[in-house]
This record gives sequence, structure tokens and C-alpha cells, in this order.
Amino acid sequence: MLGAVLFSIGAVGVFTQRNALIIYMCIELMLNAVNLTIVAFSRFLNNLDGHVFVFMIMTVAAAEAAVGLAIIISLFRNKATVNVDEINLSKG
Amino acid sequence: MQLLIFSAFGVGAVVSALLMVTNKRPVRAAMSLIATMSFLAGLYALLDAHLIAVLQLIVYAGAIMVLFLFVIMLLNLEEKEGKLGGNVILLQAFGMVVVGLLLVTMVSLFQANGSLAAPGDVGAEFGTTKAVGKMLFTEYLLPFEIASVLLLAAIVGAVILAKRRIDDSERN
Repeated sequence: MLGAVLFSIGAVGVFTQRNALIIYMCIELMLNAVNLTIVAFSRFLNNLDGHVFVFMIMTVAAAEAAVGLAIIISLFRNKATVNVDEINLSKG
Repeated sequence: MQLLIFSAFGVGAVVSALLMVTNKRPVRAAMSLIATMSFLAGLYALLDAHLIAVLQLIVYAGAIMVLFLFVIMLLNLEEKEGKLGGNVILLQAFGMVVVGLLLVTMVSLFQANGSLAAPGDVGAEFGTTKAVGKMLFTEYLLPFEIASVLLLAAIVGAVILAKRRIDDSERN
């Protein structure tokens, strides 16, 4: 339940915010909501597999945050903005 | 007592998450996210996932949020909010519909709550570093190694992204 609420808030954030940094934070929030759900189910099913999965998700989240923030920095150096509406590089 | 602590942590997590999403200033949003992470760590501890709770505090509230704050302060952002075009508003409406569907699913889950099995008693070993570690290094050894390779790839990727930027500025 709480996991679903947090995931919804994170999804709203991704769709409404224009700042790339805050969008990243919302993605982290969504990952955390999933983690919470997995841990809760792992507890109710008395099964440790879920903890290993959460461990893996944390690893991926850390890697994703590092690479994503590096991309944001290089974007900012090139375009001097972190507003996702003003970043349209793929138009060529 | 347990329900009381759960409610306190849960309400705290939701409130700070809402604060984060509605905030325009990145630094304040990051602080709210740290609060959310800490509340979630408390929830994990309540769910007998002690190792995960400690990892949450160290990895998320420590490492990742320091990285976020570092980038925010490095970029020295001014608070400006771009004007939204019609397309974007359509996209946002679509997002709202998706989230609404999620909420409906959530409510149906809530109605099915009674059918969920009651939590059984777990042994004292459940969720400790020893138990999770034993599982990680026997049954899940291959995914563990793949995760380490992924982290290495992330390090190399971040360094290359940063290095290319320095090269560009030297060339100009």
C-alpha cells in the first residue's frame, strides 16, 4: 500500500517537474517504493530472496545515479540549462 | 506499538515525498528526499530487514544524496520555471490518467487486503547480515558478480563522460 502511494507520487513528479535533477530524484523515489514493496512481500512470505533482489536494485540505482548525474553535468556545460523542455538534441 | 511506529514512519515518508515532488528548489527537494530515505530505512528495520535498512542509510542517504547535492551546488542553478507548451500539457494530462489508473489499482489492492496472509513468525536469523550474505554468496553468486561488473562499467562511463567535457573545453 505505502509502496504504491510512494510510487504514484514519484510518477507524478516525473511527469510534472521540468528540472532534470528533480526528475532523477523522483526516479530514485520510485525505485525505493519498489524496494519497500519487495521487502514487505519478502517478510510476509518468510523468504530471503527478496532481500537479495533489493540489494541488486540498490546497486543498479547507484550506478544509474552516477552515470545520469555525469550526463546532466555535461549537458549543463553544453546547453547551460537543466530544463528538459529546452534540451532537444535529438532533432539533429 | 509496531503499528504506531509503522504509521509514524509511513506518514513521514509520504509527507516528505510530497514535499520533494512539489518543491521547485533542487536543494530543498534533495533534503526532503533524504528524509524520505531515512523514514524508509526505519520501515525496513520494522520489516526485519536489518541489513537492507543499514544499506539504505549508507548507500542512499549517504552516497547518492551527497552526489546529488554535489551536482546541485556545482551547477549553481537559478530557479526559473520554463513555460509549458500545449504538447507538454497534453503529455501531463496523459501522465495524470496513468497515475489515476495506478491509484485505482491501489484501491482495489486495499480492498483485497483481508485476503492477504497474516505475517508468520520469522526466525531470529531473518534479514541479518549473516543470513543475507550466505544467500548472496551461494545461491546468487553470479548476479552478485554481474552487479560488480555493472558498477565497474558505471565508474568507467562516468569518468569518460567527465573526461570528454574537459577535452572539449581545452579544444575551444
